[in-house]
Amino acid sequence: MKRIQTLQTRDLEQSVKVGGCGECQTSCQSACKTSCGIANQQCENKNK
Amino acid sequence: MVHQYKLNGYNIVIDSNSSSVHNVDPVAYDMIALYQTTEAEEIIRQMLLKYGDDPTVTDEELRVVLEDIRALEQSGKLYSPDTFENLDLDLTLRNSVVKALCLHVAHTCNLDCQYCFAAQGKYQGERAIMSLEVGKQAIDYLIANSGTRTNLEVDFFGGEPLMNWKMVKDVVQYARSRELDSHKRFRFTLTTNGVLIDDDVIEFCNKEMYNVVLSLDGRPETHDRLRKDIHGCGSYDVIVPKFKKLVEARGDKEYYMRGTFTHFNTDFTNDLFHMADLGFSELSMEPVVCAPGDPYAITEADMPTVMEHYEILAKDMLQRKADGKPITFYHYMVDLQAGPCIYKRISGCGSGTEYLAVTPWGDLYPCHQFVGETEYCLGNLQDGITNPQKQAEFKQCNVYSHEECKTCWARLYCAGGCAANAYHATGSITGVYEQGCRLFRKRMECAIMMQVAEAQED
Ligand code: SF4
Ligand code: SF4
Repeated sequence: MKRIQTLQTRDLEQSVKVGGCGECQTSCQSACKTSCGIANQQCENKNK
Repeated sequence: MVHQYKLNGYNIVIDSNSSSVHNVDPVAYDMIALYQTTEAEEIIRQMLLKYGDDPTVTDEELRVVLEDIRALEQSGKLYSPDTFENLDLDLTLRNSVVKALCLHVAHTCNLDCQYCFAAQGKYQGERAIMSLEVGKQAIDYLIANSGTRTNLEVDFFGGEPLMNWKMVKDVVQYARSRELDSHKRFRFTLTTNGVLIDDDVIEFCNKEMYNVVLSLDGRPETHDRLRKDIHGCGSYDVIVPKFKKLVEARGDKEYYMRGTFTHFNTDFTNDLFHMADLGFSELSMEPVVCAPGDPYAITEADMPTVMEHYEILAKDMLQRKADGKPITFYHYMVDLQAGPCIYKRISGCGSGTEYLAVTPWGDLYPCHQFVGETEYCLGNLQDGITNPQKQAEFKQCNVYSHEECKTCWARLYCAGGCAANAYHATGSITGVYEQGCRLFRKRMECAIMMQVAEAQED
């Protein structure tokens, strides 16, 4: 597509099936301690 | 829901429900905005009128763009419906294991920071120190209540945890001794103001702590304005050499310099750049959380400056990266490809369910920010959860339980915000802290712009 560049993003529909293992870090754990946000979290699931 | 914005010369389109990101040109940008409400022929007419001077914008070309938009719609990357709401029931059932504890090992502090949400470490209560016995009980509680989860997290928090340092070391040792028999792996984090850092702390932290969070607000005048010792003297000169030494010895292990910005430094980027000049590269800076009337509270009039500085920061970071001297800003780290699954994205921060705070005497609270609010006490280490009704409120708290989040484009990057902020701002954990939301959305716009910029370079 000439005028639209689509970035590679995780397929969230697919993650309904393979996700939810819960091994990832709890949201507020690391740096901030005063707010949430999951965008900066890493997925720990090796089978995704 | 589709969110569109222009930033740093980019035209960005985010499809909320699929979290797809598109970097488009101005013509496609306008067409995407019209597509759902306007007939194709009318879109073409309007575009020819607006872009008539551009020889590449022809009737034929515009029909191709319309086809591209339609293809993205069909592949679920534009105007996609929300198909995840029904997952939240599933989630309520699922949220039954604990995987992280915040240990308040010292409800006391050796600094007297004016904005401290923990009221100089005491959390509206008495000074207290956690005993090793309570610390070990907490580790046992976590192992026993974490189900099949392997990775467990323990934060040493305060007040100032280094005021109970021997106990911290002993708890770490105890937890390590239980890893094998319990099939668990512990990750420890220490949050400290730095005053008591010495060689022993450095050595132990660099060996055992997965992450250390070092509190520094930035420039000397910023830091010393609010982070004073009990005699009213600023703490910058005492802690900065210690932080430098710790970070130098840390190698490539994780750390964060974590600052708070307030009404007095809405140009907080200069504080971040100061940290970078000191040689620190892993940075985090949070807006102060306090009552609206406090002198250092961020006011409505401050908001445009704060927003502008988030943009300045994003642009500066791109430049630093291009120059080969990148810095990391906690809130701008997004991994669009390997980030969290949908369950994580809708399930909120985990407070009161998978994450609990433990007071020095072993009481359990939904998180560190609820400690001291006695009606939020969920139970204690000995008897477990004794207030299941209160816990149920947290189990049901996810992105779909907040009315405002349902129409917010950023919800799958946010997961519904901070329950404690919502409670303090609205009296309910299912409310939202509106100022925090605006800042969050701005940060996401900046973070995604940086991703777009980098994708364009490749
Ligand atoms: S930014 Fe606010 S409204 Fe949007 S999802 Fe987060 S908490 Fe909800
Ligand atoms: S309620 Fe707020 S402070 Fe507490 S864990 Fe959640 S995001 Fe963090």
